Amino acid sequence: MSKQVITTTVNGDSVDFVCDPRESLLDVLRDRLGLTGSKEGCGTGDCGACSIMLDGRLVCSCLVLGVEAEGKTIETIEGVATGTQLHVLQDKIIEHAGLQCGICTPGIIVAAKALLEKNPDPTETELRYWLAGNLCRCTGYDKIIRAVMDAAAELRKVA
Amino acid sequence: MALDQEKTKQFKYIGTRPKRQDGVDKVTGQAKYGADTYQSGMLHGAIVRSPHAHAKILSIDTSKAEALEGVKTIVTRAEFATDVTGDNWNILENVMADKTALYDGHAVAAIAATSALIARDAAKLVVVNYEPLPHVTDIVDAISEDAPIIRESSIEPNVPEGYHKNITRRYECGKGDVKVGFGEADLILERDFFTEGVHQGYIEPHACLAHVTPDGKGELWCSTQGHFNVQRVCADLLGMESSQLKVTASEIGGGFGAKTTVFIEPVALALSRKANRPVKLVMNRSEVIRATGPASSSWSTVKVGMKKNGTITAAHGTYRLQGGAFPSAPSESPAQVTFAPYDIEHAEMIGLSIMTNRPKQAAYRAPGAPMGVFASEQIIEEMAHELGIDPIELRLKNAAKEGTKGVHGPTYQRIGLIETLEAAKAHPHYSTPLKENQGRGVAVGFWFNFGGATSVSMALSLDGSVALTVGTPDIGGSRASMALMAAEVLCIPYEDIRVTVADTGSLGHNDDTAGSRVTFAVGLATIEACNAAIKELCKRAAGEWGIEPEAVKWEEGFAVPSGANAGDFAPLSLKELAAKMNTTGGPINGHFASSPSGAGPGFATHLVDVEVDPETGKSTVIRYTVVLDAGKAIHPDYVEGQMQGGAVQGIGWALNEEYVYGKDGRLQNTIFLDYRVPVASDLPMIDCVIIEVPNPGHPFGVRGVGETSIIPPLAAVANAVSAATGVRQTRLPMSPPRVLKGIKDKQSHG
Repeated sequence: MSKQVITTTVNGDSVDFVCDPRESLLDVLRDRLGLTGSKEGCGTGDCGACSIMLDGRLVCSCLVLGVEAEGKTIETIEGVATGTQLHVLQDKIIEHAGLQCGICTPGIIVAAKALLEKNPDPTETELRYWLAGNLCRCTGYDKIIRAVMDAAAELRKVA
Repeated sequence: MALDQEKTKQFKYIGTRPKRQDGVDKVTGQAKYGADTYQSGMLHGAIVRSPHAHAKILSIDTSKAEALEGVKTIVTRAEFATDVTGDNWNILENVMADKTALYDGHAVAAIAATSALIARDAAKLVVVNYEPLPHVTDIVDAISEDAPIIRESSIEPNVPEGYHKNITRRYECGKGDVKVGFGEADLILERDFFTEGVHQGYIEPHACLAHVTPDGKGELWCSTQGHFNVQRVCADLLGMESSQLKVTASEIGGGFGAKTTVFIEPVALALSRKANRPVKLVMNRSEVIRATGPASSSWSTVKVGMKKNGTITAAHGTYRLQGGAFPSAPSESPAQVTFAPYDIEHAEMIGLSIMTNRPKQAAYRAPGAPMGVFASEQIIEEMAHELGIDPIELRLKNAAKEGTKGVHGPTYQRIGLIETLEAAKAHPHYSTPLKENQGRGVAVGFWFNFGGATSVSMALSLDGSVALTVGTPDIGGSRASMALMAAEVLCIPYEDIRVTVADTGSLGHNDDTAGSRVTFAVGLATIEACNAAIKELCKRAAGEWGIEPEAVKWEEGFAVPSGANAGDFAPLSLKELAAKMNTTGGPINGHFASSPSGAGPGFATHLVDVEVDPETGKSTVIRYTVVLDAGKAIHPDYVEGQMQGGAVQGIGWALNEEYVYGKDGRLQNTIFLDYRVPVASDLPMIDCVIIEVPNPGHPFGVRGVGETSIIPPLAAVANAVSAATGVRQTRLPMSPPRVLKGIKDKQSHG
């Protein structure tokens, strides 16, 4: 199949890429753009390790084709920190030891950020259901939940 | 300082919770895992897998695949060494089938092409001519009369004549005379228990990047729990010398035991060698579930005798574990582990390995133990209820302590089982009232823990900061623990120490990150490497002062004159000595290598409350408490992380997870949608209580904590579901239909 040229915005920068119509957006981000922070844990939209924002909407990038990103705005884990300043969620995940192996962490942060932008004061239950699409096999979720709740509280103070 | 003083002293760094050094890389997406590297000229690999559970491979026709544009090379078993024996032969047989495909998903050929898409397309063009053979995937069926015999040549010599030919290994341990013990019992209970195969479920699929050059040298980057082991095994399978293959461990996205062996690494090396190009090979999730891991399914028969007062008089256990189509099930483990927490006079424990047409069993966190304890700890709990004795009291009454000779042989030094039981009994969880349809379960667990071969080096920089080099991949924060121990010994800030996981060319041999050994054994080597540097620092100070090195001691990060010279000279700091080191005798480094024994046994007590919906049979964990003896928690956050993570993996094993095979012998649930691991909304917070009964075998008292945490939950959750439903749960997983059927059967039988 002939490759196509796609024009997007990635983490604020204009980015063009060429891809096969069968390639997932995740494969494009990783293999063509060098953005390996988004991870493939399943390739079927079950684990959330490839979570990104596409035109402001939380999606699994393994379930989006690269060609579908034409004209769209993409935000990945690499764009979450501002300059040298980590996002509060990133700080709190480290502070609460909300990671062990860390492979799910980028997806957790992208997904949690999407929640807090919509709902700055989630209950623990709301947070647990929101993150139900992000699998973590190491932590049992306890410290992740505590970290995100603490980050939410911190962000509310700032706001 | 003498060991006993070391254990009682107040620590400055140990026991604190600083930020991990790889934290920023991991929250920003910068950390490089197995699939995150690229090399110029790199090809992408794909593997052709058997769709049959058991089949003769009559021929493999690669001509159509080779003709596809972009395909550079194809390998089969012919590309691997032919003189491999023993365990490595079994690994090779699993990595690439020879004449027979032994399970659904077994690799039969591999392709390297210019893109992953082309490699996958080419895999579909390889024509394999199979002759299907009779198969068996269930452990009970596998030892039935009409079961096909899978590999008679694998039966070990100690399996008695007359045993079923799919039983490949027999292990026995015990003490006393169980006939006498059961004769003394007032109450005897015997039951059979069954657990299904489960996968370790790490979120990062196996991934590697291999490059072999025509001069026979190779480099391998891979996600592994032990790159020295990968080096040794891959070199053997490829017919290379170990030293010519440099292996670098990537950051690792979980392993839980299954990344202690190799699957795709030798295949990528073979492809690279043949193509003379770097080759990247990454599994998809379906390949991970079909062809890596899993942990054994099991069938246990356990019998216990007790006096009316709750004293255990005898225990007998037969634990049958399937190892897939390989003689590798960890069947010794449940025989040794299940009754190790108890002081029992008469016990007989048997472990049997059984072959089926399933993937080669791989280690999963305390391999073999959780399924055996699922049986033993339910029998104990049921008998406690029958005798009207509090389940924790009954366990306390029989609990092993210092001086007890375990069922598995050794006599315990100081252990902390009783302390965990007392803490569980005193925990508010244990007295929280239960509501309708809720039940409470208790279970205890024991794990040996392990030492293992270890090398550690530390190097002092001119500015007084320290580079610490270890050879064990960091899965759960071990770099932070090593830095804390080094900081404690050297008396310098945690932030002044940077820990690196070295490749196989940069440090001596290290066994895997496995067996709950890293904080114990690598910690011990870290302490001794730092002590070696301190000895040299004291020598340099002695040289400055013109006194004997023995007259200098290390205190709070300073070389201090002692004895007759006390107070004669101003103490010299580590920074001052480091600044001058190149002119006072040369660089100051510390190194230590050993294979330490003395890994202290770990014990845990778990409490769980479960609510069962009587209309659907769905079980929900509403409260969970883990009490564990860590000996000494170096970084308590990451000890708690092990406790919580182990408990939740156990909850998944108990309630949801199972390998489902069709009649055709093919695995039916190969993606995370169908193989359901626990998600955040399934769970409550997991409360942790760390007990610290120091391990006499470690300077700071450390015991391993990684594996003990997954041993009790299967039984604890089953005890809770049994209490909530009034139906003893003898099969895993306790899925809603199974639990509901139990409730309905009980109602219809009154």
